[in-house]
Amino acid sequence: MTNIPFPAPPADSAEVLALRAEFRAFLDQQLGHRSPRQRSDNWYGFSRDFSLAMGQAGYLGMTWPKQYGGHERSAYERYVIVEESLAYGAPVGAHWIADRQSGPSIIKFGTDEQKETILPRIAAGELAFGIGMSEPDSGSDLAATRTKAVRDGDVYRVTGTKVWTSFAHEADYVILFCRTSGTPADRHQGTSQLLVELRGTPGLTIRPIIDLAGQHHFNELHFEDAIVPAKNLLGQEGDGWNQVMSELAFERSGPERFLSSIELMYQLIEVLKGRQDDAALATIGRLTAQLAVLRRLSRSVAAMLQNKQDAGLQASIVKDVGAVWEQTLPDFARQLVDAEADPRSQAAYAGVLANIVHNAPSWSLRGGTREILRGIIARGLGTR
Amino acid sequence: MLAEMIQRLFERSLDSAAQAQARDGQWNAPLWAEIEEMGLPLALLSEDQGGFGLSAAEQGEALRLLGSLAVPLPVAETMGANRLLAKAGLPLAEGPAGLARADHLTLEGGILKGRVERVAWGESLDCLAVAVGDTLYRVPSSGWTLAEAGSALNFHPRPALEIAWEADALAPAPCCPLAEGATLRAFQIAGALEAALDMTLEHTATRVQFGKPLQKNQVVQHELAKLAGELACATAAADLAAEALERGDTLGVAAGSLRAREAAGNGASIATQMHGAIGFTREHRLHLYTTALWTWRDEFGGQVLWATMLGKAAVAAGGDGYWPMVTAL
Repeated sequence: MTNIPFPAPPADSAEVLALRAEFRAFLDQQLGHRSPRQRSDNWYGFSRDFSLAMGQAGYLGMTWPKQYGGHERSAYERYVIVEESLAYGAPVGAHWIADRQSGPSIIKFGTDEQKETILPRIAAGELAFGIGMSEPDSGSDLAATRTKAVRDGDVYRVTGTKVWTSFAHEADYVILFCRTSGTPADRHQGTSQLLVELRGTPGLTIRPIIDLAGQHHFNELHFEDAIVPAKNLLGQEGDGWNQVMSELAFERSGPERFLSSIELMYQLIEVLKGRQDDAALATIGRLTAQLAVLRRLSRSVAAMLQNKQDAGLQASIVKDVGAVWEQTLPDFARQLVDAEADPRSQAAYAGVLANIVHNAPSWSLRGGTREILRGIIARGLGTR
Repeated sequence: MLAEMIQRLFERSLDSAAQAQARDGQWNAPLWAEIEEMGLPLALLSEDQGGFGLSAAEQGEALRLLGSLAVPLPVAETMGANRLLAKAGLPLAEGPAGLARADHLTLEGGILKGRVERVAWGESLDCLAVAVGDTLYRVPSSGWTLAEAGSALNFHPRPALEIAWEADALAPAPCCPLAEGATLRAFQIAGALEAALDMTLEHTATRVQFGKPLQKNQVVQHELAKLAGELACATAAADLAAEALERGDTLGVAAGSLRAREAAGNGASIATQMHGAIGFTREHRLHLYTTALWTWRDEFGGQVLWATMLGKAAVAAGGDGYWPMVTAL
């Protein structure tokens, strides 16, 4: 039988239940004043103050070694913090990428100096990261990357363009995926990763890319003979492909892959309160069942990562099925409630619906498109 | 180990003739005798209760096998009935058993009366574990007559039984037989989807069109990926339902059962489409699974019953209480 194991996830022990309760109280205290419309920004919300508070309270770098400012807690405890943050619509943008993938990559591949200088500041909520992977001519086809870094004494001289870097206009670093030798025809060979400071790197300019809703999340990074210190090389020169794949595994496994529209679910339920409509209740029931099962699958992936098991296939399944859930929620809502979405409205339902409809298309693009994920799953099934 | 025994037994005994016999509604007495000999009806009981003391994972594996091997006998129902009977302190079944909830049955002058609809293999059962409100009855076959014939989508019998029985053994129901049955079906659905995915992988690897195996087409690969997603959801859903059943949480059973039911339909569609016309025939084994999936997804309370129950709880929790409700499932 084709077996795609999803081991039973850890149950909420008394400690985990206490952590959940403690963290929910923290969120109430920090963010209780925010409107449903603000909460619906989900992980696109960016607040330095909130990230600093998270760091101070010990909720960042949860699984990292204490010597680097971490807290040596389990992957599942971190999972609880992440899912509760998202379910609350907390503005996690200023620590999100760093805590999820950049920090773990630095732990895995970084030099002692990089670990000592950067990790404690991420865990304190002080450093925000962006992702430097996609380019104008290489999105899903990451190996076709053209941005070039040429070693010149103590520095790399970088030339090229990166796109879709969320928060680059506010963040402190990106991990840049680039070519240090050969040509794009060499594919996986000759690629590397560099830690690039977003402020004060000579030759780097950052240009906004405004999305269809008029929001500024994305940026284009333009490197023109930009100077990056050679000591900012992450891991081994030429080993960039393996490193970036490892980084993507951190990126694809979490509950952010199905909780993006959760605020709309809350508002939909509020609207349906007091309505005697069994068909609507049944729809909410089905959606809830789907969500509960997604959550179980996702926690199962967290358990696999904790046990250092390869969860690439499982994570792709969760992201693929999860994106369908969060993306189709507005369609279910529209079938149950007659309301026109209004992006300028302060009314909870109309404003949240507008924000979700505007942003939903990106959810099956970011972090690996639906088509790429299904290709990965098919390969895992042995089809190619 | 039990899994291997189950696999060996059914791979040996379940040929297409045996499946055709079941489709004609004929009871496979020799196979049932082997099932009893193996002790399968007691598989979900603890060692104290005379069972195997299997872990949750082992129980799930055994139940999924009943689905992936398309076992055309009420083995899962008998296992579940025995689990309920044992918990209630009632005598275990002495043969194949059924599970039902029938709140409309009446008890007058010590006689339990009324009709129980669509009982799997009803005419061949030894007893029925039936709940009326909070009371579980163990009704022996002498306590009913066949009221009306009925068939499932895979043509296995689903007759209605007319009960008229002097109630002597009764106990408060430790849980609802519907929840028990819905959980068992979720595992069988997951098992059948495993088999359907296997067959679909095999077919699309060996069937060559336009000079290449079907599987080399990206559009086919993406359908296979979706089928794998449905299988993953069904498997996790069954586990979720089983854990909820264990702690007596009907909402958790609802959630797990619902998602498995949905996967049954979605998965059967993809598998059939990927097989092309041969998947629509009795010549290919796939039909055993698709017709079983369509059967199981509607049994032990339908989609509407469970979905409305869970939806009601969600709306009652309200926008603020929704997430805590979800994390408790």
